Amino acid sequence: MDMAGGKSRLTWAVNLSAALLVLLWIIPTVGLLISSFRDRDAISTSGWWTALSASEKNVIERALAPGEAKPEGDLWVIEGKVLEGQGTTVTAFGITSKEPEAFSPGDTATHARGHKITVQADGRYRIEYAEEPSGSRGQRLFVRAETPPGFTLDNYREVLFAEGMGRSLLNTLTVTIPATIIPVLVAAFAAYALAWMEMPGRALLVAAVVGLLVVPLQVAFIPLLKLHIGVGLGKGYLGIWLAHTGFGLPLAVFLLRNYMVGLPGEIIESARVDGATDFQIFRRIILPLSFPALASFAIFQFLWVWNDLLVAKVFLGTGEDQVVMTGRIVDLLGSRGGDWEILAASAFVSIAVPIFVFFSLQRYLVRGLLAGSVKGG
Amino acid sequence: MQQAIFAVATIIIGVFGCVAYFYFSNLLLDRMLPAKGPNAGRNINRANAIRPWLFVFPALAILSIYLLYPVFSTFYLSLHDSRAQFVGADNYTWLAQDEKFRESLVNNLLWLLVVPAASTFFGLVAAGLTDRIKWGQLAQSLVFMPMAISFVGAAVIWKFIYDYRGAGQGEQIGLLNALVQAFGGDPQAWITLPFWNNFFLMAILVWIQTGFAMVILSAALKGISEETIEAAYLDGASPLQVFFKIKIPQIWGTIAVVWTTITVTVLKVFDIVFAMTNGQWGTQVLANLMYDWMFRGSPDFGRGSAIVVVIMLLVTPVMVWNIYNAHKESR
Repeated sequence: MDMAGGKSRLTWAVNLSAALLVLLWIIPTVGLLISSFRDRDAISTSGWWTALSASEKNVIERALAPGEAKPEGDLWVIEGKVLEGQGTTVTAFGITSKEPEAFSPGDTATHARGHKITVQADGRYRIEYAEEPSGSRGQRLFVRAETPPGFTLDNYREVLFAEGMGRSLLNTLTVTIPATIIPVLVAAFAAYALAWMEMPGRALLVAAVVGLLVVPLQVAFIPLLKLHIGVGLGKGYLGIWLAHTGFGLPLAVFLLRNYMVGLPGEIIESARVDGATDFQIFRRIILPLSFPALASFAIFQFLWVWNDLLVAKVFLGTGEDQVVMTGRIVDLLGSRGGDWEILAASAFVSIAVPIFVFFSLQRYLVRGLLAGSVKGG
Repeated sequence: MQQAIFAVATIIIGVFGCVAYFYFSNLLLDRMLPAKGPNAGRNINRANAIRPWLFVFPALAILSIYLLYPVFSTFYLSLHDSRAQFVGADNYTWLAQDEKFRESLVNNLLWLLVVPAASTFFGLVAAGLTDRIKWGQLAQSLVFMPMAISFVGAAVIWKFIYDYRGAGQGEQIGLLNALVQAFGGDPQAWITLPFWNNFFLMAILVWIQTGFAMVILSAALKGISEETIEAAYLDGASPLQVFFKIKIPQIWGTIAVVWTTITVTVLKVFDIVFAMTNGQWGTQVLANLMYDWMFRGSPDFGRGSAIVVVIMLLVTPVMVWNIYNAHKESR
């Protein structure tokens, strides 16, 4: 009995700790995601965790000018509405800055000059003068208003079409797709040769690839930029495709070779005996069998290129047709640092695709990670 | 639109170019050294000696140009000044005395101490916990998810957490400051807080790398033989004892791999610092300092290269260890 009780208590503790950990890990992302759907005022006046409750704000508006008052019986009356079209509810109002919330909606406030002011909950106001008033400055109305929780897609519309994220999305795609496909292809052939073909210096080449795995990218920037400019490539897409291919190759060759070495040798030998050439063996046997490893690397390379900032900053120009999404977001962090509605929506435009890829192809990603690091990388 | 066509065209040319290279070079080899006729035996041997090189050539060429050549070139450049005059070790003596470089080095060492340790620790905890629950798969996915988010995206996410409103600027909208306030503390501008701001930046990388550590360690935990665990339980060990005294000692190798992999990532950390502070307020790191020297108003490729050589030297032990391990395993 005691044992069982202890065990279930432990299960509870484990479940609870796991839940806490998961919560801690997803809250940062959730916070920004929620914020990306809130409007600017809501974000800057209240925390995102209050997004589901109504938010309150204080507003000062001027009523219509006294000169526009219309006669009504003995009185001169001005009617209008505060907070027009914002879907808010007035919870209190006032007519002096000293007591901005002195009256409830529907109450009548009497101004020192004698006119009477009423503001309704829906924002309609009515000011009554005993005699014809004059002047062009309207009565100041201090209003406390409650906005119901609301979510909007305006932020996304703005970043995609006005802030240039739409253009950058296209640029990122232009960088990513070739930079993912080309290294897979080049590496697959090399990996096959390094795994299954007799050649002198094979062990040395494999060791070199393992060594290159950890070479910091920074090494390549200055020499390659000089080289690209020297051969007339300059800053542009062709240069960045080649650079990403180069930087991705060590991992690609390493992962694919490790996988191909594990394929059953008998199949390859018997194909050879049947007279198949290496090219045929590669195309008909190795490529289809290596699909999981190819997929793993392709996902890695895709995520890495899509999320990269540094390589793009070095090898691409700063023109509108070359700024990728990460670069655009960094620019926005500088120029619109406090505009969280813009930043949040921009971040999620760039995060959406990798997250989708991540959740739909996680299997391959995990497999690749395991092959890439447990086996000595 | 033009760009999209350009991109699609390159994909097609690139992909078909690659395929065509492999196909036609193999075909050419077969034509030149046919496996029949009077010299069939000699031809087959020669073709077999040449063919592997046809397969590895493109990869080898790209690797040489894009990684190997830069290593040597960077070293060469680090011995020259901004006008390409040879200056010997001047750039390195300058480094030794430069205030910003020392700050970067100290910060990088701090990152090296904290991030791999914290990520591995949280990864181990997460792996241990998710191993034992029914919704472990889902929990792992959620902890792993930050891996898919770019460092820049993560920087935005966390900058929002650290957001600070000065007195009179209204309610705190950053989660951290709101929490501090709820517990009766004073809100802080975390990102500009000397020294401690480094740790707030490190938290971002730990948040990203924990998922990686968890996935690998979890696989290693699953690989432990059931017998040792059952034997320990029969001897009356508690679950915690089993975890720390039976399971962990058996996965030391994997822990070391995780640790070194994260170490390499940490040495190259750039985006987070660049996006959060750009090295201001005492948060400079080597990779960002190098970028700074490369792209400032008057770039100095010599000094930039010298900084890269330092990063390279710091990575070298890991590289040697990796090659040693890979070699040991292939035997």
